[in-house]
Amino acid sequence: MSTHATTRIVGASVPRKEGVDKLVGRACYIDDMEREGMWYGATVRSTIPRGLIGSIAFDRRIDWSEFTVVTAADIPGENIIQLIIADQPCLADGKVNHCEEPILLLAHHDKHKLREALGAVNVEYEPLPPIFTIEKSERQEQVVWGTDNLLKSFLLEKGDVDSAWARAAHVVEGEYRTGAQEHLYIENQGVIAEYSAEDGVTVWGSLQCPYYVFKALRGVFDLPDDKVRVIQTETGGAFGGKEDYPSVLASHAGLLAKKSGRPVKMIYDRMEDLAVTTKRHPARVRHRTALDKDGKLLAIQIDLDTDGGAYATLSSTVLSRATLHSTGPYLCPNVRVRARSWATNHVPYGAFRGFGAPQAIFAMERHMDEIATALGIDPVDLRRRNFLHEGDTNATEQLMREPIILDQLLDRALQESDYHAKRKQFARENAENSIKRGMGLVAFYHGSGFTGSGELYLNSLGGVDVTPEGEVRVLVSNTEFGQGTNTILTQIASEALGIEYSDVTMAAPDTDMVPNSGPTVASRTSMVVGHLIERACVQLISMLREQAGLGATHTREEFLAACERYRAAHGEVSSMCRYEAPPGIYWDDQKYHGEAYGAYAWAIYVAQVAVDTVTYSAEVENFWAVQEVGTVLHPVMAAGQIEGGIAQGIGYALYEKVVLADGRMTNNQMTNYIMPTAQDVPPIHVYFEEIPFRHGGYGAKGLGELPHDGPAPAILNAIRDATGVSFTAIPLLPEDLYAGLVASQPVEEPALP
Amino acid sequence: MSANGKVKANAHWPAIRFTVNGESRMVNVPPMKRLLDVLREDLHLTGTKEGCGEGECGSCSVRMDNELVNSCLVPVLQAEGAEIQTVEGLALDGELHPLQKAFLKNGGAQCGICTPGMLMAAAQLLAHSPHPDEVEIREGLAGNLCRCTGFIRIFESVAAAAGTSASAPAKEPVKEPEMEQTHHAR
Repeated sequence: MSTHATTRIVGASVPRKEGVDKLVGRACYIDDMEREGMWYGATVRSTIPRGLIGSIAFDRRIDWSEFTVVTAADIPGENIIQLIIADQPCLADGKVNHCEEPILLLAHHDKHKLREALGAVNVEYEPLPPIFTIEKSERQEQVVWGTDNLLKSFLLEKGDVDSAWARAAHVVEGEYRTGAQEHLYIENQGVIAEYSAEDGVTVWGSLQCPYYVFKALRGVFDLPDDKVRVIQTETGGAFGGKEDYPSVLASHAGLLAKKSGRPVKMIYDRMEDLAVTTKRHPARVRHRTALDKDGKLLAIQIDLDTDGGAYATLSSTVLSRATLHSTGPYLCPNVRVRARSWATNHVPYGAFRGFGAPQAIFAMERHMDEIATALGIDPVDLRRRNFLHEGDTNATEQLMREPIILDQLLDRALQESDYHAKRKQFARENAENSIKRGMGLVAFYHGSGFTGSGELYLNSLGGVDVTPEGEVRVLVSNTEFGQGTNTILTQIASEALGIEYSDVTMAAPDTDMVPNSGPTVASRTSMVVGHLIERACVQLISMLREQAGLGATHTREEFLAACERYRAAHGEVSSMCRYEAPPGIYWDDQKYHGEAYGAYAWAIYVAQVAVDTVTYSAEVENFWAVQEVGTVLHPVMAAGQIEGGIAQGIGYALYEKVVLADGRMTNNQMTNYIMPTAQDVPPIHVYFEEIPFRHGGYGAKGLGELPHDGPAPAILNAIRDATGVSFTAIPLLPEDLYAGLVASQPVEEPALP
Repeated sequence: MSANGKVKANAHWPAIRFTVNGESRMVNVPPMKRLLDVLREDLHLTGTKEGCGEGECGSCSVRMDNELVNSCLVPVLQAEGAEIQTVEGLALDGELHPLQKAFLKNGGAQCGICTPGMLMAAAQLLAHSPHPDEVEIREGLAGNLCRCTGFIRIFESVAAAAGTSASAPAKEPVKEPEMEQTHHAR
């Protein structure tokens, strides 16, 4: 393993691999693609949140003989979208459990006729009472899933929480809530499907995980592996939103293609995309914390509950990550986390950058400031007193074997942001101004890769090959959707092979061409897949040296000549590696005990916020992000990831509200679901400290999700600093600020005459 | 309408003429058809993207008679006689436009779906204000949403192209990766 002091390509900001195609308008996204004789597909959806499906009537003003109509009865395999728990039907059959649940599919060659026909299918229902809140679900006001509405629960315990309360000098409690959040990738969900008896089902689409879609199609169509093919097209943003949902859409388009005998394109428009696809899980987190007289943590008890929506989808794994991030980067001898995900009759919630961690970290880091206030300690000092250090154990009693430099990150953040001086200055100025400024600081970590034994189960396979045309290709199922997969993996390969960046390409993300190197999620690509590719390349060089006469040093031409000698002797030039867990890894999935993650990225974020007490708007004026993510493979793209994640985190805190009424999103337009614009994003100052991680690609850990974890609590901590008022729920819109600030004001005495 | 219901390009619709990227074009399409769809479907210029269909996201931005428009809100009849520039018209003779070079160098494009519209908004800004300060850049791009970058690297790219930032303008051609199509487009 090298670090970038000794690397040529890793650590350099080379041009994005597919950058030119994107800049000249040539990159081919799914809606840019046509197939000969292609039809279009559309979906008839439930208009009620829960009930039994009665009759389905087709209006006679439409000539239905022109259309292909698919119902659950047309599904050749199992009517289930295979993911973790087999509970979500591909098409509703007899009952619906949420608004917008797909019931029936239509295809036609004319988009306009298709739209008209959608309104001419009349479904009659026998409604059943729905539930829409965590509270109603946990009270089992209605049982809408399983026997008790509980999609998943975890209990994490360390030490003895119960005996800690009596010894505590202070006990601080708090309840925190986070709302749903929409990914708002600018490219809506879309696929094209084809079906033939010889080739089975083929799907092209905007998606993150070709092999997740592959698994879903195999089940829905009851086909063997060699009759299912999934190809990712250029993908215009994902953020987790294209992790699980494309399996649904691909199955639908595939069914229409099979029945119509034609290629079928299904592209959601923005309103449909917002209304029907997954969002970030809303959460309610309750903290009870015991501290000694010096402000050291004695016990943390957390009850963390999420709204999972109508089907299980990824709620269990999102809950897992929330559980494992809920106690923050702090040392505490006694911990109990009770985490539960509850079914409701909302559209199912799913993966979104951070995957439960932003909800858990919002609660923990807001709570730390509440503790500081209650104890009369500076919030920075409180954190510093409780930081984890190398050799400590965290909440799952994972031994922290790698260096932890939280103190160094904190010092840097305080210095770069001029935190202490600014707080003093603002405290002075706020007294005389209607605009109140404040500084908020948070500390957090984010685990890289799948949780616990997850990477072992994934058993990822990836590698490189050299084609007879001399093309050196990276073979992985990991996909590019803006975050830089193509660039960093070809950087790693060209570095390790001793050739140029421009010599290496990515093989097409096509399940017929590339092995399953796991999904492109969980901040795992740089660390886990990057390391696989590095190993495969080192292995290829050894093979060429031992069996094809490659010298100790080589030029590009010598490398390619050795490849040809190897090909002549062995037929093909390919080097594949499987995931191997670092030694000494132990994880108990029942007790939630042991090595929760292979590595952690660490961060200190600081927000400077101005609250206008006339307009009740809050504006982030400046933002500092200091983090340690292992080796930075590509400085420009790494900073771009951090900045983009922070912008989404600012939206999560202050702008983005999914308005739900009777289980339906009512603001499903970009006009009224508001994300930060070019006018709203503050200057963002990004700093990296690098400690290479020996089991990551050239020392890299994960960084994609990290930046979404910190902004929301940093901003609300800054608002508390500015106004003295604690807000505990996001999104925090001007009306919420108004309500909180007005309620906190003392009632004025009427003036004496 | 033909037997299979497809709208044929015939004299049924009045001819609408305009210039796209310096080339004269004529289409026979319903006059209320969105300029966005005419560009993508009839002229096969798929660089211009649809993000929301209601003029909020700016992904479909093109320049029309030296104005920036959301092509999803423009009925094609309004384009009669107009000069239109799309992302495909930025690079000249295979040489990237300074904005494209600056976006490549400074990380201005991530997923790339907002990029064509963002480039057109930036081109419009620089046409009217060749050396914009940060406030002008933010205003100039305020109608274009990017969900990936947090805008910071886009601001830097535009400033670099205009030569107004500390980072050097991309004068010499950036060493470009393969100019061939991506594997998806093959």
